[in-house]
Amino acid sequence: MGPPPELRKGCDLVIEFPLVEQLNILRVLEEKKVPSIEMVPVDSPLLKPIDLFKTKDYGNYIMVRAANMKLTVEKNTLKIVNISGGGCPDVPYIAEELVGKTLREAPSPKEIGHTLCAYALHMAYEELKKKCSL
Amino acid sequence: MLALIGTIPLQNLPVISDEFFIRDGNVTIGEESFLLHRGFPAMAGAAAIVCTELGLSPPIGFTVGDIGLGDGSRRLYEYLENRLADLPSTVLTFHYLMPDIFWHNQVFRAIEEKIKRPVLIADAGFMYVAKMSGYAPSYDLFTPDIGELAFLADEVAPHPFYTRGFICHEEDNVPSLISRAYRAGNASKVMIVKGERDYICSKGRIVATIEDPCIEPLEAIGGTGDTLTGIVSALIYGRYAVEEAAILAAKINRLAGDLAHPTPGTQVSEIIMHIPMAISMALKKTYKKQDESQEQGPHMSRHSKRPGFPLKI
Repeated sequence: MGPPPELRKGCDLVIEFPLVEQLNILRVLEEKKVPSIEMVPVDSPLLKPIDLFKTKDYGNYIMVRAANMKLTVEKNTLKIVNISGGGCPDVPYIAEELVGKTLREAPSPKEIGHTLCAYALHMAYEELKKKCSL
Repeated sequence: MLALIGTIPLQNLPVISDEFFIRDGNVTIGEESFLLHRGFPAMAGAAAIVCTELGLSPPIGFTVGDIGLGDGSRRLYEYLENRLADLPSTVLTFHYLMPDIFWHNQVFRAIEEKIKRPVLIADAGFMYVAKMSGYAPSYDLFTPDIGELAFLADEVAPHPFYTRGFICHEEDNVPSLISRAYRAGNASKVMIVKGERDYICSKGRIVATIEDPCIEPLEAIGGTGDTLTGIVSALIYGRYAVEEAAILAAKINRLAGDLAHPTPGTQVSEIIMHIPMAISMALKKTYKKQDESQEQGPHMSRHSKRPGFPLKI
């Protein structure tokens, strides 16, 4: 989820949980080496990640867009031929790692990325896999 | 000086500041050389080519390695905070950087201290944080695609990832998204909205649309937005007015794409090498139109008001 305006710092992700679970949640996050920056009670609805996909069929290629990220594969080989969009620094890094590999052999963007752009790209990647029946 | 600021997807690359050149099909800065792949190298490479073609001094890069952890971006922000006020830059283009409101505001304040304010251009992560910080109207140019435009139009979204679903990112919805972004104070003075049709807007108004040549695969090719940002930055540095540079850059980018005969699998490096020819073609068309309009009598073309500039074609 997205943070309320007063807590925004940049490329942010918020985890919403019931207040009574606070200690358990804190412990799990610290064990996983993702300590929280702040814990605050909220009473207004938080922003949800985008869940709309746009698909464009180019004949031999298919492109899926999720938010600001676009992923294109060659239909016959399932080779990732291009990654477009995004603005966080890991997008070019992920593109270097994925382009030229097939959807089967490429690492998932969520595995090697660190930002919300990587997360959006991961959603496009999952949607493409679904469309290609993988 | 044209200053280009962004990150390279490498670990352990220290902050580097030097001139950008194109050598052997790569973009170089100092002792470092990078493939003309999507991201900051594509933007810097396109800008360096345009500067060479226009007879301008090369762009100066400020870069660092960052693979998405934000550590490199923070080092670069810190480096800039201490130097920007004294930098003799006339155009500053910010590109792939980790969005960070605190550091954006530090850098922005350093720019505000400059005696002569440079033209400010933001794309990619820095455009996101420029909007998030509330300073978008202080920027001269943003270059969003449709997904990013929807984010600018959404008053509450802190990142394109959280753009609300009812703000529809369809090509035919672009004019209303543009109005909404300007109304909310989340747009720069001039914007290039990249898509099947490129929209050039100024102060809330669409002043031009560019749709020729129409090359559908360009949207899929990673880095074609980066080259557009590089081209427009160099044109503004070459003393084109921001609006006029935006129109010309959109044409040049499309022509370069067309010359590469691309498929959705084409890589941006194959397009960048056609930029010199595309510049020549776009300028010939522009001059021909100007000459025709001057011959037609007292009507002055907007382009003909442009002062002299150091073009060598």
